Amino acid sequence: MTLPGSILPLKLVDLTYAVDGQKLVHNLSLEFIQGPKTLILGPNGAGKSLTLRMAHGLLKPTSGKVQWQQRHPQRHQAMVFQRPVMLRRSAAANIDYALNLKGLGKAEAAELRNEVLAKTGLSGIAARPARVLSIGEQQRLAIARAWALRPQVLFLDEPTASLDPKATRAIEDLIETIHAAGTKIIMSTHDMGQAKRLADEVIFLNQGMLSERTAASDFFSSPRSAEGRAFLEGELLL
Amino acid sequence: MNDFSQAFSLSLDLIFSLDARLAEIVLLSLRVSLSAVLIATLIGLPLGAALATLRFPGRRTVNAFLSSLMGLPPVVVGLVVYLLLSRSGPMGSLGLLFTPTAMIIAQSLLITPIIASLARQVSEDLWGEYRDQLTSLGCEPLRAVPTILWDGRYRLTTAVLAGFGRATAEVGAVMIVGGNIDHVTRVMTTTIALETSKGNLSLALALGMILITLSLTINVATFMIRDQVKGESL
Repeated sequence: MTLPGSILPLKLVDLTYAVDGQKLVHNLSLEFIQGPKTLILGPNGAGKSLTLRMAHGLLKPTSGKVQWQQRHPQRHQAMVFQRPVMLRRSAAANIDYALNLKGLGKAEAAELRNEVLAKTGLSGIAARPARVLSIGEQQRLAIARAWALRPQVLFLDEPTASLDPKATRAIEDLIETIHAAGTKIIMSTHDMGQAKRLADEVIFLNQGMLSERTAASDFFSSPRSAEGRAFLEGELLL
Repeated sequence: MNDFSQAFSLSLDLIFSLDARLAEIVLLSLRVSLSAVLIATLIGLPLGAALATLRFPGRRTVNAFLSSLMGLPPVVVGLVVYLLLSRSGPMGSLGLLFTPTAMIIAQSLLITPIIASLARQVSEDLWGEYRDQLTSLGCEPLRAVPTILWDGRYRLTTAVLAGFGRATAEVGAVMIVGGNIDHVTRVMTTTIALETSKGNLSLALALGMILITLSLTINVATFMIRDQVKGESL
């Protein structure tokens, strides 16, 4: 199942994250393969964010393992956070900074940056200081910055949680584009509608444990776990 | 009271006639303190940023130690530098005692911990905001130091200004290692101390007004920078 040069499949083996003895993520074992957009769904505090952070290498699991298929998997993945983190420089320089860290030369970086700015519709604001952009534009820039790195895997941690519907729409379109270009999408959300719109498969987490993993087409019509069912019904009742 | 008003008007005369003696003292003060600030900035800013981003055993102890050095009594710093530079001291052969260089060394020692400590606080805030994102981009903590220094440049200016304020205002260290020698090592603060005790109030007052103006300017600048940083989310 491993494509040559691919860091996938990603395997999480018995992943546990505990704070003061309290297990926030509980013996989680999951495998992520190339292809489907994977949405990690669950209520607040389900452990979605912690799981993504451990998979991406930002958090050290208390026990368990994160296994990739290549020696330097870090170079081939990127992450977008709930609140965009903008460096105090221009939008273009934010992307240049990331490319520079990857060891790209100036000319090469500029070319790649302009390309990704055009694809994300941000060319017009390239010279503006990143931190004066609207929050929606900042998140698009954060995604552009991540995409510029040509990641095989893109983690997104509730990327639209602080955005209005219009900005959310723009982000979702971008995610589809990045997926279509061949990047594996692993994204968390607590927004049912968003999961419906984007997911190819759903991983439902509750209280740090895996409730179920189901193809999206099945999950929303007939969830297999009681927690998944309750969550779906709770959403419908609202 | 009459003496005082006379001294006051005399002091204004000194300032506005750009009295040569006064200018010499002010310029030496600025030369010594600005040199010390330059040295302390070159050491203190990277040190402060590195202490914010690096994780190593004993980090908290180092931070606490550095913070406590912020309150070093200038006279003690002066004494230590005096012992190092005095003829029988380990660096006595350099012949630096009672020179402006000795004063620069003493002030650098005095304000490096101040600039480093304040820089660490600014850097920690920034690193808290950036850590996940930079780590995700593959930025090692040490590589993050120049990023933090650049992105925190406005806020870090306030740390440098605090160091400058402290350097120009202190009297103990420069008095001991400089010796307050006329035309050689006499700076604003040591001159004020000497001239006041001699009863030459006009020169002391003139220097006092310049010193206060300097200090006010530094504080206003610091305030304006903080305001700017808040307003424009720099």
